[in-house]
Amino acid sequence: MINIFQITKKYESTTALDSVSFQVDDGELFGVIGPDGAGKTTLFRIITSLLLPDSGKVMVNGLDVIKDYREIRKITGYMPGRFSLYQDLTVEENLQFYATVFGTSVKKNYDLIKDIYSHIEPFKNRLAGKLSGGMKQKLALSCALIHRPQLLILDEPTTGVDAVSRKEFWDMLKKIQREGITVLVSTPYMDEALLCERVVFMEKAKILAMDSPQGLIKAYSRDLVSVSADDMHRLVVDLRKYPDVNSALLFGHEVHYTSRSGRINKDELINYLQKERHNNIKFRKIKPGIEDRFLELIS
Amino acid sequence: MKSFFGFVKKEFLHIFRDPRTMLVLFGMPVALVLIFGYVVTNEIKDIPIAVLDHSKDEMTREITQKIISSGYFKLMAELTSSNDVEAMMLKGDIKEVIIFEPGFAVSLQKDGKADVQLLADASDPNTANLIVNYTKGILFDYLNKQNQAGTSYQFDTRVRMVYNQSLKGVYMFVPGTMAMILMLISAMMTSISIAREKELGTMEVLMVSPLKPFQIIIGKVIPYIVLSFINAVVIILLGFFVFGLPVRGSLVLLLAENLLFISLALSLGILISTVSESQQVAMFISLFALMLPTILLSGFIYPIENMPVILQVISYAMPPKYFIIIIKDIMIKGEGLGLVWEETLILFGMMIFFLLIAVKRFKTRLE
Repeated sequence: MINIFQITKKYESTTALDSVSFQVDDGELFGVIGPDGAGKTTLFRIITSLLLPDSGKVMVNGLDVIKDYREIRKITGYMPGRFSLYQDLTVEENLQFYATVFGTSVKKNYDLIKDIYSHIEPFKNRLAGKLSGGMKQKLALSCALIHRPQLLILDEPTTGVDAVSRKEFWDMLKKIQREGITVLVSTPYMDEALLCERVVFMEKAKILAMDSPQGLIKAYSRDLVSVSADDMHRLVVDLRKYPDVNSALLFGHEVHYTSRSGRINKDELINYLQKERHNNIKFRKIKPGIEDRFLELIS
Repeated sequence: MKSFFGFVKKEFLHIFRDPRTMLVLFGMPVALVLIFGYVVTNEIKDIPIAVLDHSKDEMTREITQKIISSGYFKLMAELTSSNDVEAMMLKGDIKEVIIFEPGFAVSLQKDGKADVQLLADASDPNTANLIVNYTKGILFDYLNKQNQAGTSYQFDTRVRMVYNQSLKGVYMFVPGTMAMILMLISAMMTSISIAREKELGTMEVLMVSPLKPFQIIIGKVIPYIVLSFINAVVIILLGFFVFGLPVRGSLVLLLAENLLFISLALSLGILISTVSESQQVAMFISLFALMLPTILLSGFIYPIENMPVILQVISYAMPPKYFIIIIKDIMIKGEGLGLVWEETLILFGMMIFFLLIAVKRFKTRLE
């Protein structure tokens, strides 16, 4: 569906995209994962033909984003980072507006958005500006889908939305995918990467890795242990002083620790920590998560 | 086409939903016309004056009587000595002193020529100018009548404000206010409404929609054409019913010229929106690039002839200047297209010019 070949985009002195390449297959739920400022929004704007790349080529459904942008705009549904809703129009008016602008009607494609829109339909006469974040997100999604696009592009749709709404939202994306629509979504949340079929990791304008979430986790080769003690702050400091340390990162109430050699000798490490007068040391080997892999890649 | 109408409908909804926009659209024109009509008029009435009559003959008395009975002036003092003049003026109670030379009637009858000195308080130069002009008007009118009786006294044939015999300020400001309001509403409101879509990010989605750039532009503009036109009609009606300003020329032509000027202002508004990313920027550009020149350089308040040469040259590039000329010609002189076709053509050319740049600059992409 999407073919991206070595695109580069610079804004004056900063590079937003540096020779980025990847493919998205038809019907896939594809995630672009990366922190703020990684270049995700620029990438999506190039795919939607809103920006031109400095170099490289992007094909959407066999169409060139520079030459055939009109055709691409017909088959694409786009939900920008800021929900593109008219705050002073009601829920229903927003939906109807996007339907007519894209040359269709709410009635015609109602079945596609029914599951999503039914959540907000009771508030259809409320102004969009008065909706909660989760409801705005659902309305924006309905609007992006109303013309039954072949490709749905969502730029950080879950940022600023509560946890329950986020989960609901991903369930909806799965349903949309089942309708045969290719979904390309970006997110800064690592846990959401697991919900995609395939993801790319982006950081500082570059693609770090591309695989299924499981594949990415499997590629994590080091031993990973979780350590905790009474004084967590001092624990992190001391672990970072340990000669063989690769990384010691605070994850909630525990420290994820990896060594430079890849292997970890439990007894030696605990001895070291006891010598540093740590009490109540807990040590367990853990399975790496997708976030560990991302942190490994950027370190 | 259906998607285009959906777009226009949305624009109307934006306008009607926003009380501030509605206030600017419909409250402001009425307020401005009334303010300019009642407060900022150049009209003069009951101006305190003094007369120093060295001659005290029948003619000077007649002239003085004529000046006082005009209603524009009020005689506060009859002076007897030149020494009093300065003291009177200094106090500020008197705006003008009229001084007749000794033997006024005698020298007029003998030489066909007589001197009158007009002293005006020029601390407010515009008013002083007006006062002097009014007085002169009355003096020449008197001379005129004398000459009709067969004599050939000398008088100046330059007559000003011939189309505005009653010297009413309202005749001057209604066309100017109209230009200002139409410029403000049309240009500022469209530029703000386009900039708002950019600011809220909805422009991104409009761009990726199948709507073509010119459809977005026309869709944005149509509601403001309609509303500005209603405004123009309201101003003309206010001028007529509140200030008694007639429309002597063709009403159809007047409305057509209004429509032309509105379109011109709108194309400027679109142009402004292509260079501004936020509503605030759009508003400031509209105010400084359009409003101030409309008020200051179009001949609305300050006569163009009195400006420095460089500003006179600049004023040729000001669309409102031509609009004001056209409106004055049609409303007050009752002229037809025959006299205003040049100005009309200039406005039309400007509109096409700005519209072309605006459409060209209005991008289908974000940068």
